[in-house]
Amino acid sequence: MSEEIRHEWPLFEVFVRAKRGLNHVHVGSLRAADHEMALHHARDLYTRRNEGVSIWVVRSDDVVSSGPADKDAFFAPSGDKVYRHPTYYAIPDSVPHI
Amino acid sequence: MSFDDDAYGALTDHDDDARWAYGTGFADPLAGVPTAVPGDLDRACLAAYCLMLGDDALVMSHRLQQWVTRAPELEDELAIANIGLDLLGQARLLLGRAGEVEGAGRDEDALAYLRDAGEFRNVRLAERGDADFAHLVARLLVFSCWRLPLLDRLTASRDPVLAAIGAKGVKEVTYHREYAAQWVVRLGDGTDDSHRRMRAAIDAVWPAVGELFETHQVEARLAAAGVAVDPALLRPEFDEAMSQVLAAATLSKPMDATEAGPSGRDGAHGPELGEILAEMQELARAMPGGVW
Repeated sequence: MSEEIRHEWPLFEVFVRAKRGLNHVHVGSLRAADHEMALHHARDLYTRRNEGVSIWVVRSDDVVSSGPADKDAFFAPSGDKVYRHPTYYAIPDSVPHI
Repeated sequence: MSFDDDAYGALTDHDDDARWAYGTGFADPLAGVPTAVPGDLDRACLAAYCLMLGDDALVMSHRLQQWVTRAPELEDELAIANIGLDLLGQARLLLGRAGEVEGAGRDEDALAYLRDAGEFRNVRLAERGDADFAHLVARLLVFSCWRLPLLDRLTASRDPVLAAIGAKGVKEVTYHREYAAQWVVRLGDGTDDSHRRMRAAIDAVWPAVGELFETHQVEARLAAAGVAVDPALLRPEFDEAMSQVLAAATLSKPMDATEAGPSGRDGAHGPELGEILAEMQELARAMPGGVW
């Protein structure tokens, strides 16, 4: 038997856009033989109750993510930068729609 | 133009129950559709026709449901269940219409659960069992390539309910056909083994094709009245769609059977339908009128 035969389909991540104007949101994952099948499966698994107008599928292998070990170096430094929040600045009453 | 308070909120609906992320509402496919039977029509004839199309969907749906827990992958299991539910929805509307037109007090449940095999009017293709997944997708492809142009023409029916059921069904069966087609192509144009098994499945289902395009006298009468679809007219569309899929799947089209057997439209069925009904009707017959 050839070693190239895979006994499990690769994993895909699924993103669904609920309606025009909203972002695609990650809703879950599924297994499929290729992208076309992944789209079909996503339609069957994640839009059964009228949830979507658009679907993205991405091979999970292709997603690069930050690791738990990087948590402090990545995210902790943003915690004390109060000036990065809009509420840090006084806004004149005459400025609307901020 | 101003964005008032909440530009983001303006993009979302507020009429759904906030407890559920995607709402609870669903659209009634027959909302606003007049239910009166056009005056010149023979009601018994129309009821018989609704029963034919309804039984096709009901029996095919049950065969699909039997794949639940047996499908090769979880994802495909859900796809098959979805397709079965679509057809069950069509069956409910069609049997409901049959009972309403018949006017003998039988509702969709009475028609589904309290008739014997000889009273069912589905084509025999719908009741056939599937030896493997290739047989299932071959049968689903044939069924969908036939039912899709049928429902499409039904949208022009003079019976407003049948027209509405056709419009709802076209969108559903379009997907069923696509699902079946992509699997037939994938298996036919796959490995030597998958090609061989897909070939065998197409050959096995083909003898049931002839019956689909025979015009029953009920269909002929109602087609002349602008209500039903004469299935004989659907053959060119069926052949074209099948040829496209089979070519992509590197499969050749089998020879048509020279003569068709007895017709399910007249109540002639194989023992398989009896097995389906024994399973489907057992609970409803054991507990008449039971609800849960």
